[in-house]
Amino acid sequence: MLRRMWTIFVARNKEFYRDRASFGWSILFPFLVIIGFSFLFDQDRQAMYKVGLIGPSAQPERAARSPQYDDFRKTRFVEFVEFASADEALPKLLHHRIDMLVDPGAGEYWVSRSSPRGYVVEKLLSSSGSGSAQFKKREVEGIEIPYVEWMFPGILGMNMMFSALFGVGYVVVRYRKNGALKRLSVTPLSPFEFLTAQIISRMVILIATTSFVYAGCALMYRFECRGSYAALVFVFALGGFSMVALGLLIAARSASEEFAGGVLNILTWPMMFLSEVWFSLEGAKPWVKGLAKIFPLTHMVDCTRRIMNDGTPLSQMLPQVAVLAGSAVLFLALGSVLFQWQKK
Amino acid sequence: MNILEVNGLVKHFPEVKAVDGVSFSIPAGSCFGLLGPNGAGKTTTIEVIEGIQKRTSGDILYKGARRGPSFRQEVGIQLQNTELPQFLTVRETLNFYRNLYDRRADLSWLIEICRLEEIMDRDNWKISGGQKQRLLLAIALANDPDLVFLDEPTTGLDPQARRHLWEIVRRIRMQGKTVVLTTHYMEEAQILCETIAIMDHGKIIAMGEPEELLAQYARGSTVVLRGLARDDALSGLQCSWDRLEDRVEIRTENVNECLRELIRNDVDLTAMTIRSQNLEDLFLMLTGHSLRG
Repeated sequence: MLRRMWTIFVARNKEFYRDRASFGWSILFPFLVIIGFSFLFDQDRQAMYKVGLIGPSAQPERAARSPQYDDFRKTRFVEFVEFASADEALPKLLHHRIDMLVDPGAGEYWVSRSSPRGYVVEKLLSSSGSGSAQFKKREVEGIEIPYVEWMFPGILGMNMMFSALFGVGYVVVRYRKNGALKRLSVTPLSPFEFLTAQIISRMVILIATTSFVYAGCALMYRFECRGSYAALVFVFALGGFSMVALGLLIAARSASEEFAGGVLNILTWPMMFLSEVWFSLEGAKPWVKGLAKIFPLTHMVDCTRRIMNDGTPLSQMLPQVAVLAGSAVLFLALGSVLFQWQKK
Repeated sequence: MNILEVNGLVKHFPEVKAVDGVSFSIPAGSCFGLLGPNGAGKTTTIEVIEGIQKRTSGDILYKGARRGPSFRQEVGIQLQNTELPQFLTVRETLNFYRNLYDRRADLSWLIEICRLEEIMDRDNWKISGGQKQRLLLAIALANDPDLVFLDEPTTGLDPQARRHLWEIVRRIRMQGKTVVLTTHYMEEAQILCETIAIMDHGKIIAMGEPEELLAQYARGSTVVLRGLARDDALSGLQCSWDRLEDRVEIRTENVNECLRELIRNDVDLTAMTIRSQNLEDLFLMLTGHSLRG
């Protein structure tokens, strides 16, 4: 059994690294995204901003008397998110879930020094209500996370998602379509052996490419992981396993690359936008936040950000780890039960 | 001793009865040919035996017992259409399949018998159609099987590549292996198989040794007219005839009398040929349509 699994594992790995276009792209893609976004942020070209407000509805009279605040609230492409207190809102600012925090009652604001988006919103605030009394800037206390460090786990997670889902789902469907699976079905190879080999192969590829991209970006941007590397690798591996299993579930029966591609797109696009890879869901409607929680990518990105940015130990993220492990087991069990060697 | 016995095999699909009560037995070490046109049920029959498809009813016995886990270890299979693993060389592909079995054929034997010496280090996608068929045959032999299924192994090959493959099959036979072959080439079945079963519409309509079948059903000759022969000139003939795509074929047991009739009817015999009846004529006689139809 082990020899058969090893045979499939080796063949799949060779197929991956000898397909130079696909191999190159899986390495290059995350680099390009990081470089592209750091360039875009350098140029201050973002259009949507989030500003946290501390208790404005509780102090309407005083807030209403500030022409600067009134004017600022009318700014287009700025979303205002309310918080009950500064204690609740400041960690969000440190983690770039909001770009600026304003206390209209006290006439003060906080902005992250490293955030290009914060810089833009600060300019918008200072130019509002010309001639009126200006809000006072307060220094942010605590560890401030550089923006690229906040973004990086999301980009890595997204790359893993595409690699896991398309690298397994699409490939298995192609094997089924071209008859390669049918040929394997008449050998002593069992579905368990085949699927296990596919999972291990993709996991090795995922961990290897992610480590390479991590090392490259760490050198380029000199960022640090504040938590345990072992915990980081564990969460990436568990998240990757969950998404590989999801890829196998999608590929369990279909022999149509077009159909599988459609299903994969339907899954990957919402996952990409709702898993806080690009922007936070702070202030989003509750059902949107609830929907985001069904995606493994959401939990993986959340955990890896907390490990990298805050140094949070795994013991404080057990619910997310349980969701990742549970979803992996569920997807794998369903994928194995539904798996068919050939189209009916 | 029979290595394979099939009794009353039935395979129904929702809208078609693909295999309809097929029975045969194959002695160990022989070559058995399933012959028939496209859609006759040949591939479905052997795919059910191979375990790729489930039977609707009937019995399949391998070495006198129901097929167990050893069946997959001991049979070699060449499917009609198989894509080779991508980005592997011929050598890696052979080793890939060899490593899936507990019993493995000697690599040098596979290379020698299937004449793969020159392409061993070539990428799969760079080999020709004939080379691919030889590699697929080598893959079917990767586990040194006792029983080999070859599903239309020569379809689409040029005459030379086809003859090369026949030679390989003969050498496999000499190793004492049993071969089950499907084909729609008469010549192939006649040359390679000791026993043939002719299938049409999911049933076996005739079975036996090729010579035996010919002696039983096709004792005469076939007159082939390639010129324009009018139906009214042929309608009075004492023997049976068929108008095919580019010719008219007349089957007769008395060639002299047939030719005299044709001359009397003023039929142009300029491009006429006469040959002994073969399996193709037999098939035409039994089913009323040609094999490749």
